Amino acid sequence: MKHLISALVKNEAGVLAHISSLFAARAYNIDSLNVGETEDPDVSRMTIVVHGDDAIIEQVIKQLRKLINVLKVQDLSDRPYVERDLMLVKVATPAGKRGEIIELVGVFRGKVVDISHRDISIELSGPEAKVDAFISLCRPYGIREVVRSGRIAMSRGVKDE
Amino acid sequence: MRTGAQLLIDSLIDVGVETLFGIPGGVVIPIFDVLYDSKLKAVLMRHEQAAAHAADGYARASGRLGCCLATSGPGATNLVTGIATANFDSVPMLAITGQVRRDLIGNDAFQEADIVGITRGITKYNYLVRNAEDIPRIIHEAAYIATTGRRGPVLVDIPVDVSTSKVEGDPPVEFDLPGYNPEVEGNSRQIERAVEMINQSERPVLYVGGGVIAAGAHKELIAFAEAANIPVTTTLMALGAFPEDHPLALRMLGMHGTPVANYAVMSSDLLIAVGARFDDRITGKISEFAEHAKTIHIDIDPSSIGKNVQVNLPVVGDARQILAQFTPLIERRDRAEWWGRIKSWQEKHKLTYRNNGKLKPQFIIQQIREVTGGDAVICTEVGQNQMWAAQWFTYKHPRQFISSGGLGTMGFGFPAAIGAQFARPDAAVFDIAGDGSLQMNIQEMATVASNNTPVKIALLNNGYLGMVRQWQEHFYEKRYSHTELSGNPDFVKVAEAYGVAGIRVMTNEEVRPALEKALAIDGPVLLDFHVDREENVFPIVPPGERIDKMIDLA
Repeated sequence: MKHLISALVKNEAGVLAHISSLFAARAYNIDSLNVGETEDPDVSRMTIVVHGDDAIIEQVIKQLRKLINVLKVQDLSDRPYVERDLMLVKVATPAGKRGEIIELVGVFRGKVVDISHRDISIELSGPEAKVDAFISLCRPYGIREVVRSGRIAMSRGVKDE
Repeated sequence: MRTGAQLLIDSLIDVGVETLFGIPGGVVIPIFDVLYDSKLKAVLMRHEQAAAHAADGYARASGRLGCCLATSGPGATNLVTGIATANFDSVPMLAITGQVRRDLIGNDAFQEADIVGITRGITKYNYLVRNAEDIPRIIHEAAYIATTGRRGPVLVDIPVDVSTSKVEGDPPVEFDLPGYNPEVEGNSRQIERAVEMINQSERPVLYVGGGVIAAGAHKELIAFAEAANIPVTTTLMALGAFPEDHPLALRMLGMHGTPVANYAVMSSDLLIAVGARFDDRITGKISEFAEHAKTIHIDIDPSSIGKNVQVNLPVVGDARQILAQFTPLIERRDRAEWWGRIKSWQEKHKLTYRNNGKLKPQFIIQQIREVTGGDAVICTEVGQNQMWAAQWFTYKHPRQFISSGGLGTMGFGFPAAIGAQFARPDAAVFDIAGDGSLQMNIQEMATVASNNTPVKIALLNNGYLGMVRQWQEHFYEKRYSHTELSGNPDFVKVAEAYGVAGIRVMTNEEVRPALEKALAIDGPVLLDFHVDREENVFPIVPPGERIDKMIDLA
């Protein structure tokens, strides 16, 4: 099944290689991975989405915890959480269609960030399904380029202990 | 003002390193220059792999941090097998490598290798040092990481311009590792539940691994086993953790274990695993391993628990502390029926070999035990020599048996014996070798000759890669593909060419006098035992089979 793993790691060279090699060693492809600084600049948050056998993922999580530059690991999949994807997408604007597309952007609460004669660039964030739905609606116009951030997620309610 | 190299050596001395094993090369000349007149003893090896194994053997024999030093590129990559060996067996080791100048890193400079990247998966932690001021802190941190929690090797890679740059004053040594909390106390509720399970069990077995030796928990183990009256089986890594001549000892289990150990585990209703990791050489067919037993697993490393088998009760923590907490709570129970079965297996299935008049490896190992009073430090290579050494010596003390258990590294035993001898200069140290393994690090003859290191090599020379040949005999219709070592040299002459005493032994009658002669020589000796060529290790559990389905001597 899908696992959403959230890890606090030391913000230093080599952490990413350490973590990705634990997954690579088991031939697990990481679906998405996001790294960013936290409120503490010495600490980064990694959000990893991976599909795999529950027992093996549990083993990987234990091994992640063992890494000296990893401070904390949680599997968010088994608790309530909020998740977001950020996407930049460049959609072709065939003659007369630009208005339609901008209307769609409004419905999805996206933002137009750039316009040219032949295409329009849109910023959109939300849960994966919403972002996927927007892409599928834009497909008929012609999608020139998609850049997605990878999932970021946070458990709901009280801050982790 | 001190250079980075001086800071390094001073820091190594600070963390208690007295001896290191290494080979110089371009980018570590500044470090060796400091060693030239340092109180830290550097032992010149003849191959970096051997330097890593020597540091490993030093650590295993003493329980202290082992240290090795190599140059960049090929020097560093030659350490890799030794680092992986130490990592697999949780040995505290510090590997120092030189690196090319900081501004050349990543530029394919001469003798450059990304050793931090290469060793990421086989070290507990590793560092590329970027500033000389960081050296004292990193060395203290590295030594702490290597010697605490589940022990393991740490690599520190130092660019040559870091070694030569000068630093004012005393850079700080304090460190903060928020992601590393190795001191784990066993959860008291889990301990109570474990004791309850043990008290209720009818057919318990203690299954003990190398973690007991690493934790220094052998006395606590004996006290607990005696208080509870529970039989004890040890893995290869734990030989000596429990005296094998003790009435509660079942000795080694697994692929080449004693029948009584394997039968007992397979019939038990409670398996108490301590510092062991359910390796496939122990469990055989894992789905049927100890199928009637509940399992308690005590380990310092949470990721070891539940990795290979389902565990009913995990207890994370230090084995020494947990076993000590068990003992006062335990009820002594007779379990007469269980002990009756065990004693009858013990009577019926003794380890044995066929005496056909030829020179027998098992007999040689028994004789080594007798001439050394059973107190020798035994290092082994990997293969038949290792298994015979495990089966036929009868170990009494922890750190007495030194062998590459997890990685199974041929060529380990001889350099490990050198390291063990430096750690324990007064002990009789043997390398029980095969002719295949010995040739993987035979160049270290020069090291023992030049240091007059009194290691005794007991070469069980059968002219084969013997364990593979045995598998070919049992499982591949005797198709001995590439296992006959037809180009073997005259090993006595090889030894003598290095200035090492060589003694050839052809018959059982010559064994005892040859061993006595070797021990009387104050220096290295190679004993070239021409053993029965197709002698096999019995019992053997076929790979993937249940461990109570052993092939024994017919």
